[in-house]
Amino acid sequence: MSARDTILATIRRSLKAEGDEAGRRQAVEARLAAPPSGIVPKRGQLPHEEQVALFAEMATAVDATVERVAGPGQVTQALSRFLRERNLPQAVVRGTDPYLAGLDWESVPHLRTKTGIADGSEEVGLSHAFAGVAESGTAVLLSGPENPTTVNFLPETHVIVVEARDIVGDYEAMWSRLRDRFGRGTMPRTVNMVTGPSRSADIEQTLLLGAHGPRRLHLIVVDTP
Amino acid sequence: MVEITSPRFKANAREALADKDLQRALTKVPSGFIAKRAKAREKLPEFDALRDRARDIKNHTLAHLDLYLERFEAKVKENGGHVHWAADAAEAREIVLKICRDLDARTVTKGKTMISEEIGLNDYLEEQGIEPVETDLGEYIIQLRKEHPSHIIAPAIHVNRDQVEADFRRVHGHLPQDRDLTAPETLLGEARGILRDRFLKADVGITGANFLVAETGTSIIVTNEGNGDLTQTLPKAHVVLASIEKITPTLQDVSQNLRVLARSATGQDMSVYTTFSTGPRRADDPDGPGEYHVVLLDNGRSSMLGSEFEEMLRCIRCGACMNHCPVYHTVGGHAYGWVYPGPMGAVLTPSLIGVDKAGHLPNASTFCGRCEEVCPMRIPLPKMMRHWREREFERHLQPATQRWGIKGWAFFARRPALYRAASGIAMRLLGAMGRKRGRFASLPLAGGWTSHRDFPSPQGKTFQQQWAERKR
Amino acid sequence: MTTTRSGGPRIGLFATCLVDLIRPSIGFAAAKLLEDAGCTVEVPPQTCCGQPAYNSGDRADAKAIARRTIEAFEPYDHVVAPSGSCSATMSKHYPELFAGDPAWEGRARAHAAKTHELVSFLVDVLSVTAVSAQWEGSATYHDSCSGLRELKVHAQPRNLLGGVAGLELREMAHPEVCCGFGGTFCVKYPDISNVMVGRKTDDIAATEADMVLAGDLGCLMNIAGKLKREGRRTEARHVAEVLAGMTDEPAIGEAER
Repeated sequence: MSARDTILATIRRSLKAEGDEAGRRQAVEARLAAPPSGIVPKRGQLPHEEQVALFAEMATAVDATVERVAGPGQVTQALSRFLRERNLPQAVVRGTDPYLAGLDWESVPHLRTKTGIADGSEEVGLSHAFAGVAESGTAVLLSGPENPTTVNFLPETHVIVVEARDIVGDYEAMWSRLRDRFGRGTMPRTVNMVTGPSRSADIEQTLLLGAHGPRRLHLIVVDTP
Repeated sequence: MVEITSPRFKANAREALADKDLQRALTKVPSGFIAKRAKAREKLPEFDALRDRARDIKNHTLAHLDLYLERFEAKVKENGGHVHWAADAAEAREIVLKICRDLDARTVTKGKTMISEEIGLNDYLEEQGIEPVETDLGEYIIQLRKEHPSHIIAPAIHVNRDQVEADFRRVHGHLPQDRDLTAPETLLGEARGILRDRFLKADVGITGANFLVAETGTSIIVTNEGNGDLTQTLPKAHVVLASIEKITPTLQDVSQNLRVLARSATGQDMSVYTTFSTGPRRADDPDGPGEYHVVLLDNGRSSMLGSEFEEMLRCIRCGACMNHCPVYHTVGGHAYGWVYPGPMGAVLTPSLIGVDKAGHLPNASTFCGRCEEVCPMRIPLPKMMRHWREREFERHLQPATQRWGIKGWAFFARRPALYRAASGIAMRLLGAMGRKRGRFASLPLAGGWTSHRDFPSPQGKTFQQQWAERKR
Repeated sequence: MTTTRSGGPRIGLFATCLVDLIRPSIGFAAAKLLEDAGCTVEVPPQTCCGQPAYNSGDRADAKAIARRTIEAFEPYDHVVAPSGSCSATMSKHYPELFAGDPAWEGRARAHAAKTHELVSFLVDVLSVTAVSAQWEGSATYHDSCSGLRELKVHAQPRNLLGGVAGLELREMAHPEVCCGFGGTFCVKYPDISNVMVGRKTDDIAATEADMVLAGDLGCLMNIAGKLKREGRRTEARHVAEVLAGMTDEPAIGEAER
């Protein structure tokens, strides 16, 4: 017998599952077909504008910085200003994400952009979030042809553009948006939920920012005019 | 394999108590974790209800574990990944080796995984000429020290900053000897620099999994450093090591569990990186691993189902039980003598390596109940430790003195008349001997007590004697 | 609830084996508190709740002892014990011990339902809000684990102590952390237990209170024994002794005056 068969047989024997195969299968199918949502904290159950405020508040509490801009037209200038204020080079690496590509890059001619994956030589990565989750200030990033995962982890500074209209109250709401886009049971290769910049407390429980991932996380929240 | 020293628990504990560096490091355990968890709980009114919910989800999952595993496997395959089933540690090691060999791997980077410890993967890979590189800062430190984790989420919690500095100076010999490493930041920076290179050159990346999602065929890691993400994104293959009970039905169910995991572990609302991985790099993806393998390890867990230890399979490895355990605070994690320390280890270890070897662990608890009080999955840890004690009693595994002490006591306690007669005489005798001074500095057969503390003298006549006289 | 001549509930006082053998004055203090609150108190022949056997894995002896106890206390409205740990054994664990036993499960459940820890019984069941006792000095209170976590005894003793004339209550750091007694734990793992109780006596000493109080004699013997061995002057008493105003007996481990 293969290890697979042995393990599954032992599970069935231990559970004394013989005899009610149909009922058990039905219970599983029912849960997968219509996942019960469970307990959703009241914290995020707010009017949308307050969800956006909560998102910023929670992200700030975990050491991210947040700037809100009135429209897509202001993103690149906010980015450039952020880099200047932090004494960072005017250079970012990003994927070919159409939203990012469509930003007003011409207004910041001194800002160099590299499109494609990050290889560890870049100081700043720029990503476009699929969603923001208010309850914990979490940005959700999806991998795909236009969104390399390396951009989220290799550069020391990570800037994420979050459209205000993509901010939801809770994880459950985020998953239902994901299902709407990809279909039930289908996921991109990688979904990154990012809550603050990288950190470690492995040396004497002293919290230090910037372990292996980005030391700085800056969120630009963009209103849709 | 990780050497098993659990049978020497008492000697391990004595050594731990005499280890000044360890004791210095342990003082920081209760001060940090406990207050942070309490604060996180306070800020989320639904926290305890979520714990109930998380327990119920896991109970449902365990009752249908075979079916959810089959679904998970089908979804992983559908997404181009591979699922490998390992009945025991040896099978799991061989599976990982074969994946590495097929890719001609020389080095593997590793995110934090306790399953790797359980199957003794690092030593095995090294014997086969493949270099494993731990990338979690704590895991990296203990790999340099040739130690094992002493805590399931804070593996180097037994090490002090100055010891880390000494290790880095010893191992990172190519760096200037006069560099300043006094601040923890500089230690972190140095590790980051050295490991960055290893990430970029690794052939295979191995991570654990906090959850596996049956609905989508997804594995999930929860980390703060980002090392797990670099480990799994950069190499040719991502290998996930997971035990079978990590299965969770749906993304909704995972969301419930995530809300209790980080809060219980570190007091964060969410860990920094919660990463969902489904299959290998897609056709047009610019990065990501070319292969995706999940190794599903049983190693005795399937037999725990349906037993009095089934509830242990709800554990999500948050570490809250050890963070709150006064025995763990006293002896640290290594004294427990195998991979899993603290209260969860005291229940799980006998299941995995045998109660004949790990018998001390469920006994080395005062049943103070703090572990159960904080467990996000509401696992009745003291109850299960008691079940292990019952198994030991049945099999005569406890020391004879202990067994006969209890039997002797029970002999009298079952016979009230005899008990009253014997205790009446004994207490009057002891009372007469000790009452004047109020206590005994030593007593025959009570060395365990009087080696460290005085024994308060009985007052003389028993309560039942005096009560009867008063009522007469 | 049946009533007796005095009109109050009829209590079977479960003294606990430690109180019976080592410190009967706690039993009398408990009886006084219950009688002052209008109860009729009786002490049926008893030995032990069976916890030492139960926690050592000796289920057969634990059940035999438990059956004796259940039988002995069947006539009473309530079973009250000056101990969180023995009360919890009876109220939380007896039903589990006899689960599936047709002859005893129901009796175990009935026994469990009417069993109470002394101080929480006074406050939560009898609605006692104040006692008439006096004790001049400062005291700190240690929460014994079973009482605190299994029975939720926390505010009740503090509330009643607040009404003891002359007594100043000073909280120690970590009053909820185990003292390292743990029944047979303290003799099975004396070195670990010693460090735990040493931390407890450090926390107690740091309050500079004259006296440490708790609701379980096991913990108190452990704490008092360590305080004495360390040469500290802090006295140790069961909370019932102070609440009943019965502090003439030397404190636990103290010499006769």
